[in-house]
Amino acid sequence: MNAPQAAADSAGTMIIVGAGQSGLQVAESLRSEGHTGRIVMIGNEPCAPYHRPPLSKAYLAGEASEAQLTIRAPEALAKKQIELVSGVEVLAIDRVQRVVSLSDGRSLSYAGLALATGSRARPLPLPGADALGGIFALRTLDDTRRIASALADARRVVVIGGGFIGLEFAAVAAKQGRQVTVLEAAERLMARVVAPPVSDFYAQLHRDHGVGIELGAQVVELVGDAGKVRAVRTADGREFAADILVVGIGILPNAELADAAGLPCERGIIVDACSRTADPHIVASGDCTARRLSDGSLLRLESVQNAVEQGKSAAAALMGKDRPFTAAPWFWSDQYDVKLQMVGLSAGYDTVVTRGDACTRQFSVCYFRAGTLIAIDSINQPQDHMAGRKLLERGVGPTPAQAADTAFKLASLLD
Amino acid sequence: MVMVTYIEPNGSEQQIDVTEGWSLMQAAMSNGVEGIEAECGGSCACATCHCYVDEAWADRIPAAAENELAMLENVVAERRPTSRLSCQIKATADLDGLIVRMPDAQS
Repeated sequence: MNAPQAAADSAGTMIIVGAGQSGLQVAESLRSEGHTGRIVMIGNEPCAPYHRPPLSKAYLAGEASEAQLTIRAPEALAKKQIELVSGVEVLAIDRVQRVVSLSDGRSLSYAGLALATGSRARPLPLPGADALGGIFALRTLDDTRRIASALADARRVVVIGGGFIGLEFAAVAAKQGRQVTVLEAAERLMARVVAPPVSDFYAQLHRDHGVGIELGAQVVELVGDAGKVRAVRTADGREFAADILVVGIGILPNAELADAAGLPCERGIIVDACSRTADPHIVASGDCTARRLSDGSLLRLESVQNAVEQGKSAAAALMGKDRPFTAAPWFWSDQYDVKLQMVGLSAGYDTVVTRGDACTRQFSVCYFRAGTLIAIDSINQPQDHMAGRKLLERGVGPTPAQAADTAFKLASLLD
Repeated sequence: MVMVTYIEPNGSEQQIDVTEGWSLMQAAMSNGVEGIEAECGGSCACATCHCYVDEAWADRIPAAAENELAMLENVVAERRPTSRLSCQIKATADLDGLIVRMPDAQS
């Protein structure tokens, strides 16, 4: 993308749509980059920016309070002169006049605009999904409050989707003594992001905790009773009784506002490595974006790291500076007492090497393409994960034989 | 009351009354202490809440668990004997008066 750079306007008003992890990062980075004008961050949730990852983990498990999820208290934002507008939607962008219109009736002019609108849970495409009670997505603090409340009275819990969110929720519900069944349409868990050895390990881990893992289970019908979900049916005719149903089948980028304003969107708001959109006055960051890579393909990442790093890039771009986000992507998931940490993108691997023994619940899986390390999934092996981040950043890595040798320290390649 | 002094990378100090049971990371983030990122929100998964515990306190706080030590192996700033991840230190009454320093870089 060769969008002309906006003239840096250090005294103009910067508007950020979205008050999540990425929006907050844009706001704070604008200040640290030296912006002296107004910074207005507009969020549609009624609260200060909060950590979303603990929702399906510590918060749902009752180990962290709502206050402990707060990334920045309103007073800390005020100290940096970041204006937070909560519970308000941005309805439209006028790119010619450079004005946004808000659901509270206001219109605000901007010198620079950052779109950090995030994503929403993909709805279950079945009749009754939006009408029956007892069906939940897990995306926001409000979602999680409602799930926690419903879970208290539930005995049988069905989870649709064996990805991170569904499995993290299943782990918490199982630990609370609920009878949990996970229905996954693919033939293995987390199939989109991990290799078979990791999928198999997690299927066994959940079964060991009493969770039913049903693979190849295509849900075709929701069975309701008195306005509430009672069961789900799968394509092979089986019925799974459910007091509550949690759906974790992916997310959809909130790109409609950008799309309606005529910004190019495809699986997200299209941005370059510096988080610029096609409009020199508009940047975008986080879950709502699809990044154009040098080979022309689009990469959509759903992670905190992406939200933070693209947020930094976006703020720099609004200040007229290039700060490309090129680091290796990383992700993590907590299920029971097992921590999965992933670095790199494993798609397109031709060789998988398991490092260590899955039976010990401490091992890593290294992915290679044409002999080059492209990703590592680490299970309770933080050393391998942290070494992997630096290896991928420097473009060095072990041979498959070295990776398979647990006596070979990956970090030794960094010396 | 657990009064903790955070020393930011530029040397300025913030004294924060940390609620018992909160981690040092949570209080630092909520109050906007500079020099901490805490990207994973307290899961011991990212090593971006690295801090240096004042030497006088190093032996008085509960020791780091194995996974914290492993994450500390690859922090971005210099690792010192007093390095800790602030998300893994919970405020208790006997930590009143604790001093922690934030490193120059987290990521």
